[in-house]
Amino acid sequence: MATVTFITHDGEKHEAPLVEGQSLMQVATDNAVPGIDGDCGGESACGTCHVIVDGAWAGLSGGCSEDEEQMLGMNPERQPTSRLSCQIGLTADLDGLTVHLPEFQL
Amino acid sequence: MKALDRVVAKAQATIPMDRQLQGVHLYQKARLRVLGGAPDPIVERPVPPVEELDLAEIDVSNPFLFRQGRWQSYFARLRDEAPVHFQANSPFGPFWSVTRYDDIMAVDKNHEVFSAEPFIVIGTPPPGMSLEMFIAMDPPRHDLQRQAVQGVVSPKNLKEMEGLIRERVREVLDDLPVGEPFDWVERVSVELTSRMLATLLDFPYEQRQKLVYWSDLAASSEGTTGGPSDMDEMFRGMADMARHFTALWHDKAARTAAGEAPGFDLITLLQSNENTKDLVDRPMEFLGNLTLLIVGGNDTTRNSMTGGVLALNRFPDQFAKLKANPDLIPNMVSEIIRWQTPLAYMRRIAKTDTMLNGQFIRKGDKLVMWYASGNRDESKFERADELVIDRPNARNHISFGFGVHRCMGNRLAELQLRILWEELLERFEDIAVVGEPEYVQSNFVKGYTRMLVQLSPKQPA
Repeated sequence: MATVTFITHDGEKHEAPLVEGQSLMQVATDNAVPGIDGDCGGESACGTCHVIVDGAWAGLSGGCSEDEEQMLGMNPERQPTSRLSCQIGLTADLDGLTVHLPEFQL
Repeated sequence: MKALDRVVAKAQATIPMDRQLQGVHLYQKARLRVLGGAPDPIVERPVPPVEELDLAEIDVSNPFLFRQGRWQSYFARLRDEAPVHFQANSPFGPFWSVTRYDDIMAVDKNHEVFSAEPFIVIGTPPPGMSLEMFIAMDPPRHDLQRQAVQGVVSPKNLKEMEGLIRERVREVLDDLPVGEPFDWVERVSVELTSRMLATLLDFPYEQRQKLVYWSDLAASSEGTTGGPSDMDEMFRGMADMARHFTALWHDKAARTAAGEAPGFDLITLLQSNENTKDLVDRPMEFLGNLTLLIVGGNDTTRNSMTGGVLALNRFPDQFAKLKANPDLIPNMVSEIIRWQTPLAYMRRIAKTDTMLNGQFIRKGDKLVMWYASGNRDESKFERADELVIDRPNARNHISFGFGVHRCMGNRLAELQLRILWEELLERFEDIAVVGEPEYVQSNFVKGYTRMLVQLSPKQPA
């Protein structure tokens, strides 16, 4: 089974099934992964689905769009590989994708 | 910068802020005396049932819609029949109402077409009183100013404040009368929010009521939101606020220079940021941003504290559900904020001609995003008019807005409400509303001026 892994700020790992065509945020909320809110429902409009993509996966999962940049630009926990997980569309080649969660969502 | 601008900027930076406001006040008074033209004061009249009106007559800028219990039916009709609706002749000028959740989201996200400048309220502040606030700025200016102050309500900062907030809630709740009616608005909602504001600004604690007074005044002018204020009182209040905040700024700067450890309050943060360290020399911006923070943290939280009690009284099965399962508190907090929608709208101006859900919007047109309506949109929220404390998509509510202007204090609001309900449930079996609440006169603030409540203590297990 293809999976994605979320690692909370405390180091707890949460594995969830990768569903092709869904966003990473959707997988998180469907599986009650703590630490991702997704308040705007995936519209790149709230910044509360912020994840930090693990270095090994950053190239494959892609960089921030302008919309994402707008919401993440002022986030004090922003890292170079930060993304809004609602904008990461899942495909089969992302099997094993690992992301870290910030301490807080804004 | 043109020569005149330089002169004005220099004047603003040198003449004490309160004197400038006094000057504007005197000028406005003289102008009115000479030219006449003071607007007729708004008088409350019965709001007709929406079914009796033609679509074009519907005017949701009426500041008595909430008070008279007409707002749900007015907005429901607009959502159904004219989701992007033009009112050509309101007391605040012509404007578009956007009432469906999806359309509101589209406008809120699109700051490039829909500008927050010059004001986010439906009307215009009194002349000379145009405080500059980043809520009413577009990027990039907005970003610079927001970035300078966001630390004061960052989740990290909130963690430091949680203990203090809980201590105060306990103090206030333990002091409430049990078994006899009292005004919840005054004794709980206003009291707790004023304490919070004083902390955020490191304002003298015993004078905290002034913060409440000033923020109520700032949001309440007739021409701005249909509220019941008096121009003279407003100018005097703003001048007094300017004096206090200027003194606070200089006092804080002196204390820091003398070696006092920097705190996490707003003025410290402003003084330590490159973009705002001389904000006191730009009085309209200085006053504007401080006003924004006290207004933002004032009646919004206050009215959610009151509204939650009211809602649980109107939906007693939800109160039973809550008592049986206090783990629902965090979700309930979001649901309360949705149900109450303490700020009914935010206003925008179209920067270009554009289309919105089939309507042609002209450059320069005023649009109002009615959050209060979006939050009751049945296509987004099932049984939208009901409080449902375990509603799965409660966090999707639009009360905080979306996009770059999304409420900066949202986690602080949630924190205060969560702590309040945790402590309430530990102490009281019943929190009964007595009679009907009284409502604020405003098209902007959806709130309560008075609500009698009677408490009964929790029985020992």
